[in-house]
Amino acid sequence: MTDLLAARSQMAVSLAFHIVFAVIGIGMPVLMVIAERRWQTTRDPHYLELARRWAKGTAILFAVGAVSGTVLSFELGLLWPGFMEFAGPIIGMPFSLEGFAFFMEAIFLGIYLYGWDRISERAHLWAGVLVAVSGALSGVFVVIANAWMNAPTGFTLVNGLATAIDPVQALRTPAAFPQTLHMTLAAYAATGFGAAGIHAAMLLRQPANAFHQRGLRVALLMAIPAALLQPLSGHHAAGFVAATQPAKFAAMESLFETQAAAPLLIGGWPDPVRREVRYGLEIPGALSFLATNDFGATVPGLDRVPRQDWPNVRVTHLAFQVMVGCGMLMILAGLLGWRALAQRGDLAQHRRLLQLLVIATPMGFVATEAGWIVTEVGRQPWIIQGVLRTADAVTPMPGLIVPFLGFTALYVLLAVAVVWLLRRQILGAPDTTEWRRRHEPITQPARHG
Amino acid sequence: MAEWPLVELTAVACLAAMTAYVLFAGADFGGGVWDLFATGPRAKAQRGLIADTIGPIWEANHVWLILVVVILFTGFPKAYARVSVSLHIPLTLMLVGVVLRGSAFTFRSYDRRDDEIQRRWGLVFAVASLVTPLLLGVTAGAVAAGGVAPPGTRSFAAAYITPWLAPFPIAIGVLTLLLFAFLAAVYLTVEAPNAALAGDFRARALGAGLLLFPGAAVALYLARNDSPWVFTELTGASWAPVLHLLTGSAAVSALVALWRRHYRIARTAAAVQTALIVVGWAMAQWPYILPPTLSVYDAAAPTATLTLLVGALAAGAVLLLPALAYLFAIFGRSANGEPRSASGPDSHAR
Repeated sequence: MTDLLAARSQMAVSLAFHIVFAVIGIGMPVLMVIAERRWQTTRDPHYLELARRWAKGTAILFAVGAVSGTVLSFELGLLWPGFMEFAGPIIGMPFSLEGFAFFMEAIFLGIYLYGWDRISERAHLWAGVLVAVSGALSGVFVVIANAWMNAPTGFTLVNGLATAIDPVQALRTPAAFPQTLHMTLAAYAATGFGAAGIHAAMLLRQPANAFHQRGLRVALLMAIPAALLQPLSGHHAAGFVAATQPAKFAAMESLFETQAAAPLLIGGWPDPVRREVRYGLEIPGALSFLATNDFGATVPGLDRVPRQDWPNVRVTHLAFQVMVGCGMLMILAGLLGWRALAQRGDLAQHRRLLQLLVIATPMGFVATEAGWIVTEVGRQPWIIQGVLRTADAVTPMPGLIVPFLGFTALYVLLAVAVVWLLRRQILGAPDTTEWRRRHEPITQPARHG
Repeated sequence: MAEWPLVELTAVACLAAMTAYVLFAGADFGGGVWDLFATGPRAKAQRGLIADTIGPIWEANHVWLILVVVILFTGFPKAYARVSVSLHIPLTLMLVGVVLRGSAFTFRSYDRRDDEIQRRWGLVFAVASLVTPLLLGVTAGAVAAGGVAPPGTRSFAAAYITPWLAPFPIAIGVLTLLLFAFLAAVYLTVEAPNAALAGDFRARALGAGLLLFPGAAVALYLARNDSPWVFTELTGASWAPVLHLLTGSAAVSALVALWRRHYRIARTAAAVQTALIVVGWAMAQWPYILPPTLSVYDAAAPTATLTLLVGALAAGAVLLLPALAYLFAIFGRSANGEPRSASGPDSHAR
């Protein structure tokens, strides 16, 4: 393994690990705030219990997200000092703003988690709202920094050096809007379906469980709109990529030859050497529509890109297929969930829906990971599109396979610990049926552990 | 080059964030150290107090480090890149410590209350709390010793190991650890719900506080050879006697106040002492961010970036400082004067 590949792998592992926790840090606070608000308006104790349990899950996941995010802020320099030296003055601003947003999130999460009995109900709910808002903002700021790597603005390149630096212009990179919208929706969809799937699984076991009934409802309330809006945002983002990063766009859909009325390829196994795709299903003209809203438009293929500047076509293509596939499944689950919610009945009676939701539990996270693979692998060999090559940004330090393996082992260990902990939290949830609830409302939640 | 005083303001902001990190997060790490060394009949109560004290605030305190990193790579990108290359190894090890400390602490807080599992996570938390400050100090010491230089054609060991695995950086690492442990013990005397527990931490604070004197002396002695520019400034500069006088009197005040059980006064004095140590280090290096060659002026980002950064930091502070004050007001014992519920994040469920 070359040092460059080791550095890229370490970055990939660190990001792939962190993103899960970052996404949950954006989505979970919304769920806990909705549940707490419902408790305050209805005084149904199940909602209080939901808010508290979701808050506990958030606490565990947020801590891991915070420390793995710290690792990333150092890794930018440890692995890519050439990138940071070049880009720091230009995109330090979104990172600084992210720093403050993250600070607010950490402060108010501390208040939320430990302040149940110390501040007024109103103040407590507002602390939760601030956690949700600053969580979303910190995600937006980080994604803006990434958007700039895809569509760099705010400087003039003179002999490989950035001059006339304008950080405000960099903040307004045209990729910012499509990327932040797509990622924020992804965070809500992933967390929403993640939570919905868990409560659905528990309802399949205990159909009358009032706690999980409410949990599922609130989770769907967040997941459904996000999943249904995501294809629109995805279409917008795809059009932007087609316009600004034609190599990435061609790789996403394995378009080797420039074509008018280009077909959208579903599945398929690209062969970059022979420049063909096997086993794919083609929808005529749909790729042209995705790129330009015009079924007949010409889409530039990889033949327009010098061979050494191609991203890894197989990885980019497969990741894109996985992302879209998961997205479609979430749309289906979202539509069926919407119908079930609209009927206002007992969600546990929709067993097919519950089963589908269980299958969809990890889909949002899989789609998020796949989407990041598309955007990051698809940008290669550039770390800053058209400006700086990844190979020129890597640290001169040799032996990078050692930290790569070390961090991988560390993150595997943490992942196992987190799953173990959450499992115990979930299995310890209270079991009160609707019938019992009406006659003897719970006052003391079940003990766990 | 950026106009006066943009570079200076950026450097001061960086120093302020670093000082805040040491004063707040440093004490959280120190708490972990005392978790490791919890002894006597009240060992369990000591651990409980430490966990309750740092539980609500450690994540917010931790963010100061991220702020330091962000200011460095936005404001002084050249310095950030060079430090990241030369000190790759200690920084990576420190990050492992950061990850394990935070995760293990949280896992312990939310895991089942079995003693076996508690002990396992508790041990990881405590050991990581000990190792991380050590490496943080080693990194700072390596910077002060001029260890950050382009790797060039030097051997792997000369470029990536000897700059930090040397007596002076290690002495600074030990000093940092002692300082964090001292701070934590002093803060905990104020947070303790009863005199016996306060007494435990008083003894620890006195021990760590006294050890700081020989620790500092050894570091200064080693600086003579290993970090001559810092040594020259610390011994010869016009401001040096004033700084030493102030730091020394804060240190002595802290110890005397501890001895006489005036814990709040001790807390203030210890914080002042610590801040002065950090400021003294910065003044001894000034204007170099990476002695002996890279000054803050050479490392600084262009004017447009610094103007925005300073503006953003000022605006951010307006939001941040009241929020932080609110956090500490809610959870500080001194603020509400009531004993904290010895329970952690979800008292009602247990």
